[in-house]
Amino acid sequence: MGVKDYIRTRFFPHIWCPGCGHGTVLNSLLTAIEKLGLSKNDIVFVSGIGCSSRISGYVDFHTLHTIHGRAVAFATGVKMSRPGLNIIVPMGDGDALAIGGNHFIHAARRNIDLTAIVMNNRIYGMTGGQFSPLSGYGIKATTAPYYNIDHGFDIAELSVAAGATFVARSTTYHVKQLTNIFCKAILHKGFSVVEVLSQCPTYFGRKNNAGSAVDMMEFYKNNTIPKGSKAKEENSDLIERGIFVQKELPEYCEEYDKIIKIAKNRG
Amino acid sequence: MKGKIKFVQGNEACVEAAMYAGLDFFAGYPITPSTEIAEHLSYRLPQQGGKFLQMEDEIASMCAIIGASLTGHKVMTATSGPGFSLMQEALGYAVMAEIPAVIVNVQRGGPSTGNPTHVSQGDVNQARWGTHGDHAIITLTASSHQDLFDITVDAFNLAETYRTPVILLLDEVIGHMREKLVIPEDGEIPLVKRLRTSLKEGVDYHPYFPREDGRIPMSDFGGVHRYNVTGLYHDMWGFPSDNPRLVHDLIRHLVDKIQNDRHIITRCNQYHLDDARTILIAYGSAARSAHHVVETSRREGQRVGLLELKTLWPFPSGLIREKCAKARTIIVVEMNMGQVLAGVKQAVDNPESVFLANRIDGVLIKPVDITRIMRLIQGRGV
Repeated sequence: MGVKDYIRTRFFPHIWCPGCGHGTVLNSLLTAIEKLGLSKNDIVFVSGIGCSSRISGYVDFHTLHTIHGRAVAFATGVKMSRPGLNIIVPMGDGDALAIGGNHFIHAARRNIDLTAIVMNNRIYGMTGGQFSPLSGYGIKATTAPYYNIDHGFDIAELSVAAGATFVARSTTYHVKQLTNIFCKAILHKGFSVVEVLSQCPTYFGRKNNAGSAVDMMEFYKNNTIPKGSKAKEENSDLIERGIFVQKELPEYCEEYDKIIKIAKNRG
Repeated sequence: MKGKIKFVQGNEACVEAAMYAGLDFFAGYPITPSTEIAEHLSYRLPQQGGKFLQMEDEIASMCAIIGASLTGHKVMTATSGPGFSLMQEALGYAVMAEIPAVIVNVQRGGPSTGNPTHVSQGDVNQARWGTHGDHAIITLTASSHQDLFDITVDAFNLAETYRTPVILLLDEVIGHMREKLVIPEDGEIPLVKRLRTSLKEGVDYHPYFPREDGRIPMSDFGGVHRYNVTGLYHDMWGFPSDNPRLVHDLIRHLVDKIQNDRHIITRCNQYHLDDARTILIAYGSAARSAHHVVETSRREGQRVGLLELKTLWPFPSGLIREKCAKARTIIVVEMNMGQVLAGVKQAVDNPESVFLANRIDGVLIKPVDITRIMRLIQGRGV
């Protein structure tokens, strides 16, 4: 099957602006799913609210477009009630880590088998360019007209600390790496987090003089380095790409199955 | 009725009924005075192969049961006022996306943290209008454990019949009080199974296309039909739409499917209504005190009756109007500032004949609280 076989062409064109990185993420994600040869009936996309969350409507899987920040909580219900399904949770940075931050860290703590994808464009795009918890200090936004005094999260560090058993980061420039990471994240048994730096030329770009979509992807090319690279020691502003954590720990649904066995023996 | 006899708390009666109704997925967050429901289910559900989840908050609990309902399970959550407030957005999602679920609110005093360990009936209007936007909702309640059992099973049945969240509005006294419960034999109370589509794999399934009778068959998430579910206004494919005609029809459908069937959804208990000059209208634990007043008043020769409401929403206006047609005095007995009172005044011909006997201090309203109001109305003083 080609990537086109995984999309609902009836619902195109999509809502994303010209130059938005989210289409690249969608392409990369579908390429990964195609590579893995997963059955469409076994895949569920659960998303929240925001530009990124519209991804779920465009794909020909079971798709649940929920409410702002709660995608991981809905996904937990789907996964626990039907553990055989592959659950992919595409979110924006505000969706996943502002309003949804609590659900995010608790799902990581449980190590429930979800693939959380944070499409990080460092801005609230759908509402027109307000700063997010990933914007970072000094950034301009429609709600930070002088400059932003909020510091950003490091999604990878946060996920590792919260207990995620697979944590990776890539960008829309590094599509081959991204596809490779998506494959591993989907196959990983446990809570996996993939942060994708995804450009928003319309709001983040314009507000911060970051240039065109091409310029912003050039930025990803020039300012990110493979994880473990020595260049990081010389320039701490460089952003690391790659897999930060990949470890096997008991998965939540499987742990609950053990509880069921014990309870049935006692009952 | 031949069945197992138990001596239990109301919260346990609710658990017994939910298990009887086929509950196999619960997500919740501990909160007084509902916590025993979660505790008992954490023990009971895995014995039947069901799932119990303690989530990080009530928002997540409500979201998780919606996800699990979509995959074809019978789901429930239980909470109290503050948690019920947190659930409202996701509750609206279940209304919009037409996903069956049962939400138990064991009421405490509010607003805010209020009085966690004492009784109140202050969430009646929140159950109706807690979530934003036009919609209809089913809300049930009970005053005894046997009725609580029946009404809980009913809640699951109505949730499936109407593809809607159903709210079980209990109160602290009912939740914590212990009394006898007879658990019916299997099959004694009919259970409504989920209406699933008969369409085979490969045939185009429309998740929001009603049958001739108005009901919309579901397809388990993760099954052979892939479709979209959203909280946005949507078309028959479940895909977002802002087409004005479509939006209009969707809202009408969500409201009408419940409001038009209010006569079917209305449940009540009636005591001595036929010749009653004075009718007490009550529900939940307040109905127990009201019932006591009716029995003692009758022994004294007073023509007093009780209409005990078990369906609060859709509001049983027709029932109240019919039953109160010949009454001179109607007294609504409730533990709030008159939330059902307002509906009763609208329902009857003569609103001036409707009075409120209430308590709002966290103490169960007593028979004497009601008789005192009755004496005042009769001009007999306290």
